[in-house]
Amino acid sequence: MLMVYEAGPCAVKAMDPAGSEGGVFRIMNTLTAARAQMEVSLAFHMVFAALGIGLPLLMLLAEGMWLRTKKQHYRDLARKWSKAAALTFAIGAVSGTALSFEFGLLWPRFMAFAGDIIGPAFALEGYAFFIEAIFVGLYLYGWDRLSPRVHWLTGIPVALGGLLSGILVVAANAWMQTPTGFTLVNGKPANISPFAPFQSPAWIQMALHSSLSCYIATGFAVAGVYALGLLRGRRDAYHRSALTLALVVASVATFVMPLSGDLSARSVAQEQPAKLAAMEALFNTTKGAPLLIGGLPDPATGTVRFGVELPHFLSFLATHDFNATITGLNAFPVDQRPDVVLSHITFQIMVGSAFALIGLALWFWWARWRRWGKPNTWLLRALLIGSPLGFVALEAGWMVTEVGRQPWIIYHIMRTADGVTPATGVPLTFFGFSVLYATLGLALAYLLRRLATGAPQPASMPAEPTREQEGQQEKPQKQEKREVQHVA
Amino acid sequence: MSPEIIVAAVALGGIITYAVLAGADFGGGIWDLFASGPRRNQQRAAIEQAMGPVWEANHVWLIFVIVLLFTAFPVGFAALGVGLFIPFNLALLGIILRGASFVFRAYSPHRSQSVAPSPMARRWGVIFGVASAMTPLLLGMSLGAVSAGGLRIVGGQVVISGIPPWLTPLALMTGMLALALCTYLAATYLANETTGRLREDFRGRALLAGTAMAGLSLMLLPLLALGAPHLWQGLLRPQALPAVLLGVAAALVSGWALLRRRYRLARISAIIQVVCLLAGWGLAQYPYLIYPDLTLSAAAGSEATLRFVLFSLPLGLVLLLPSLWLLFKVFKGNGLSASKQ
Repeated sequence: MLMVYEAGPCAVKAMDPAGSEGGVFRIMNTLTAARAQMEVSLAFHMVFAALGIGLPLLMLLAEGMWLRTKKQHYRDLARKWSKAAALTFAIGAVSGTALSFEFGLLWPRFMAFAGDIIGPAFALEGYAFFIEAIFVGLYLYGWDRLSPRVHWLTGIPVALGGLLSGILVVAANAWMQTPTGFTLVNGKPANISPFAPFQSPAWIQMALHSSLSCYIATGFAVAGVYALGLLRGRRDAYHRSALTLALVVASVATFVMPLSGDLSARSVAQEQPAKLAAMEALFNTTKGAPLLIGGLPDPATGTVRFGVELPHFLSFLATHDFNATITGLNAFPVDQRPDVVLSHITFQIMVGSAFALIGLALWFWWARWRRWGKPNTWLLRALLIGSPLGFVALEAGWMVTEVGRQPWIIYHIMRTADGVTPATGVPLTFFGFSVLYATLGLALAYLLRRLATGAPQPASMPAEPTREQEGQQEKPQKQEKREVQHVA
Repeated sequence: MSPEIIVAAVALGGIITYAVLAGADFGGGIWDLFASGPRRNQQRAAIEQAMGPVWEANHVWLIFVIVLLFTAFPVGFAALGVGLFIPFNLALLGIILRGASFVFRAYSPHRSQSVAPSPMARRWGVIFGVASAMTPLLLGMSLGAVSAGGLRIVGGQVVISGIPPWLTPLALMTGMLALALCTYLAATYLANETTGRLREDFRGRALLAGTAMAGLSLMLLPLLALGAPHLWQGLLRPQALPAVLLGVAAALVSGWALLRRRYRLARISAIIQVVCLLAGWGLAQYPYLIYPDLTLSAAAGSEATLRFVLFSLPLGLVLLLPSLWLLFKVFKGNGLSASKQ
């Protein structure tokens, strides 16, 4: 270790033999709490990061359709989505800031070791996010200050900035999965390449996988909102176009996803065999390994209950060779195995959700091709029920990535326990930030629910409110009121 | 000059820009909390209008500084995360609550036919105001803590003996000064972006905040001379003294300009004042990241990474600066004419 940071009183405690046991207990507690706080913070931020990548594309498409066709409902859609985006961007920005602080507050020893290795990814990501934040201001507040064409153009840096910052930040995580670009000299990193995060073999497929999942999660979630509207009988152009736009974005990403999944699977098989074994609950190294579908692994006995096995398919998916040998968990010391139950179950949830969404997308386009215009209640219900699955898959997939890397914070280089802060009080901050995020999440859900009030009625559409009027919230608010009544 | 010093200068530039831009957003939140008189709703509307399009971009300067810190000075970042665990957590709480409550209030249900906020909007408004005060106070205290000398690093371990460094009198005064600075900037900017009586409201507030700033600065002088002689002597060094003197002159000019209702002059001199104050601090703090145990050179990360940061900077700025110019031109360029309507 480069440096062991210890707060004063703790250093004293560690020297006191009687207090050493308490010291160990405290560190255990801190580690669990720090991991939990990181999980909560990332899981929360990820929702808004995904919306920050997906929503701008939807707004661009809707506003672009308005510019092309001059049909008013496309503009209404873009404006509605930009209002939702104003809320979610703000939460995304502040919860992302929380993560940059938490690197130092929770994992100072990891940062002391790796800050200058993963830093370049964040340095470039910073510029991408900066561009995004600047143009978010222009796009969200510029509806009446910019010409329609220029306004549409300001949405492009928002969409690209969001996507690019996602891709760049994943490079830092990819480096933690497959560290490269430095040499270890006496336990310290040396000969650091500033391109280390971008040289990480996992980066490209991880970035592709996570970017696609952002479009899928946003697209199906938005589609669900308008499926509900259509189910409630609002079968106007506004709702139908919204559903179609959302599903265009979601479907394109969904149909590319299996390809990305294949790349990721083979990358994990090659770079992180312990993770693959945990994901698949493969306890013993097997030639021609079967693919396990479902099932509950029991690490104590090394068996799986209730699972269905497809013979040779794991070998095929991991290596494109039906008879390849796949390394099982037994090849790794017990203290270097990830949590097999959590890895396997979250992986099953991710894959299951993905296939359900592929099915939904296929159903939608088939139904649309067959008889668009006729209400298809069952399809709309399915879209409504399936609408959270994109986010479920996103969160579950991220759990697979992170749980599967354990017990390492930097794979085979540094254990998570060696990266955690010596500061006391992490259980308290974990509790505090969890309560905070839960409260903010609920408040946001309430406000978004209020926004989702159907198409603006042409009669009540005011002439474009000027910025000054909007500042006082007079006209838009009246309009909202009417929309609320409309729902009721 | 070695690369870590240039990166540190860039980071100081980031801190200064954050103070000048985001500081005013925090100040706006504080004035929102203390909005009073017959025009209190108009005051709040003006603050919301001024902040709305720019606060997120202004906020990114903080992320810029944090990323520079952990990329270029990983060991220093780690020490700050441990030594300033409590104030950083509280500042983070403030950052999250400020941003969230600002947008939540804007989207809360409003009473029809009235400018007055609904109970829900008012509750988010209070949180917005309190969080806007909390964040600069704690960030200012943290800045004081790295200069005050109480944050010791011995044998690679953060050692805190006695009062936590962020609660020393010097750190507390720095926090208060940061608060006053934010309110001063905000009121001065808002006086530029409003007209009539509303403008007089903000002028009065700017004069109040300016007086508080002058008072706090005077109180800080003996504290510096007695409690942090290294910083005091650093400020009197030939490298830092011109910045300090220019800052004092700018402070006097901005106060005079406010009195004479010369708002543009007041704004530019208030900005110069803040730039000089923080630049003077940076020069006095040099060569330390955390006084007295961690110098910039000792905290610096790999040289290849430092060079990467420096080489990517012009590329980033080529994208950033025109974008920022556009943002401020669209929303601040004709702020005066817009509010005349």
